[in-house]
Amino acid sequence: MSLMQDERVVVRHGLLRTRRWSLRYDVRALLVCVTLAVLAACAMVFAIGTGTYELSPPEVVRTLAGDGPPGAEFIVIDLRLPRALVAVLVGFGMGMAGAVFQSLTRNPLGSPDITGFGNGASAGALVAIILFDGGDAQTAIGAVCGGFATAVAVYLLAWKRGVHGYRLVLVGIGASAVLGSATSYLYVRADIGKAAQAATWMIGSLNARDWGEVRIAALGLVLLVPVVLVCARRLTMLEMGDDTAGALGVPPERTRLLLLCAGTGLTAMAVAAAGPIPFVAMAAPQLARRVTRAPGPNVLPAAWMGALLVSAADLATQRVTGSALLPVGVVTGVAGGAYLAWLLRAERKADRV
Amino acid sequence: MFIGMASRPSRKRLVEGRGARERRSRTSVRASGLLLGLALLVGAVALSLAVGTKQIPLDQVWSALFSPSGTENDAIVRDLRLPRTLIGIAVGAALGLGGGVMQTLTRNPLADPGLLGVNAGASAAVVTAISVLGITSFSGYLWFALAGAALAATAVNSLGGGRYATPVRLALAGTAVNAALFGYVNGLQLWDLSTLDAMRYWSVGTLAKRDASLLVAVAPLLVAGALLAFALARPLGAIALGEDHARALGTKVKRTRVLSVVAITLLCGGATAVCGPIGFIGLMIPHAARAFCGPDPRWLLPFCALYAPVLLLLSDVIGRIVVPPSEIEVGTVTAFLGGILFIHLVRRRKVAQL
Repeated sequence: MSLMQDERVVVRHGLLRTRRWSLRYDVRALLVCVTLAVLAACAMVFAIGTGTYELSPPEVVRTLAGDGPPGAEFIVIDLRLPRALVAVLVGFGMGMAGAVFQSLTRNPLGSPDITGFGNGASAGALVAIILFDGGDAQTAIGAVCGGFATAVAVYLLAWKRGVHGYRLVLVGIGASAVLGSATSYLYVRADIGKAAQAATWMIGSLNARDWGEVRIAALGLVLLVPVVLVCARRLTMLEMGDDTAGALGVPPERTRLLLLCAGTGLTAMAVAAAGPIPFVAMAAPQLARRVTRAPGPNVLPAAWMGALLVSAADLATQRVTGSALLPVGVVTGVAGGAYLAWLLRAERKADRV
Repeated sequence: MFIGMASRPSRKRLVEGRGARERRSRTSVRASGLLLGLALLVGAVALSLAVGTKQIPLDQVWSALFSPSGTENDAIVRDLRLPRTLIGIAVGAALGLGGGVMQTLTRNPLADPGLLGVNAGASAAVVTAISVLGITSFSGYLWFALAGAALAATAVNSLGGGRYATPVRLALAGTAVNAALFGYVNGLQLWDLSTLDAMRYWSVGTLAKRDASLLVAVAPLLVAGALLAFALARPLGAIALGEDHARALGTKVKRTRVLSVVAITLLCGGATAVCGPIGFIGLMIPHAARAFCGPDPRWLLPFCALYAPVLLLLSDVIGRIVVPPSEIEVGTVTAFLGGILFIHLVRRRKVAQL
């Protein structure tokens, strides 16, 4: 029953059948998902325990169950739990969005932070904060609008008898530059109070998150994750090419548009909650694919991998600096840049770029 | 047969005559382009001296420059705007030349010192010098800027595939290196709040609050880089034909490559050390110039050196007047304009090899 056979991976499928429906699932992918979820939960518990008021993991768990040491409840439930939850939710959304985009563009570099959708969402959030004086909800709406506007613009600009993967990426790099300068223009214009509020949306950060942001991130996931999961199998068909997908009964353009909207929505909601944390959307699907060794978009494993990456990066940031002031986006930016460089090298060796 | 033989010499002379005439007219077009560039540069300098929070009429600018009488306007022009303008000219010319050399060398229309991580490398090295090593003098971190620029240029070039680099690979490698380096710069700034003030300029390029003494310190490097670039114009033109052709024409390919990288490092590293990372000037100007004077580096490089300062000064003036009480950094303005141009270039399929 070994997974390796003649050096080829044999993907074992489990089958769940009732009278009405049946569900086929990949055993290894399922195991990977469970493992990643458990790891993410561990990172979360450790992150909650870290800080000026140290708590051991068992204490954290007991406090979460409502039976902790005196005084811990306020710190855990009101201060640290929202931050940890935002990390997991945002990572989940970004990982899933990354898997969708990379599969749609058939390109590991087609993730929302390179194609400029993340920057678009952050520009939208800044417009809401600085020009319209918005609170949490308005910022979220601004981020979603900005994300969608950028997605539409980049898609149309890259359109030339179909959207070629690399053209989308390169147009996205240009759009990122334009949006980045628009963002810093707004940033310079703002008065200092708003600028401090806006700083989070320049580089992703988890500092001072409260339950409002948890709600925003959770809302995005509740609305959009089912859409993506329902379409995930169609996405696998699309990877075989439009003609094949069409012959197998998947309408290519409609599916692509729907998934593009869902992916952009996921990105935008994540940005609305924590700012554009760089490279999670790019790295998570790649890592997930290497762990599950399964073809196809690996939507769910990528999502859990994203959750693990962000909460681990958050934990690392807090542990290394001793304070929670360094934005988590700095850590993922440096690590992600190095990872992208390595990815390019590997791609070149395989002659794919 | 007879008719053919008789007619051939005359036709040949005709063709030669047309070629010579075309060459002459092309030369005169190019020369007048250079003159136009000079005129535009003078205009941009005048604007840069006159426009700002306080508008100063041109006749007063003139008198402030050549017969100062100690008025407030004289002080503004001589102490604030003149150094800024001079730095703008020097840095603009350096970035334009750097971009021109880089695009010719890599035969890559998307090559740009900002896009390919050179500016980010210089920026990261300067921030390290200030924060970790406690260096505060300009002459001290100038060398760090140069070293950082050289390292980043080498890293991006090797990641992008070295001799087999394609525009796409290079752009992506540049993105990766930029992301990592800017993440590092941001992180260091937030980590070490005490030196944040000194380092702030190295995250966005700006001409504001720059001292003329910086220009004096960096001028030898920029001049050396510019001279090297002009000296390389002819071999670079040969390399543009392809390495085999260049070798057949007697060009020392390897030496030209190394010297070009040295020139790019001097020009872009020096410019970044003075003003922080200013992107896209080196991308836009060679393109505009090539449309005007053709790809020959012997003409292209002077065009770049003349028109790039025009663009930089005008971008700076735009940054001064868009939000009246405050200013936008010139790096922001050039990134905005340059991003739009970049998208336009990518959409032209031939150029991006897509």
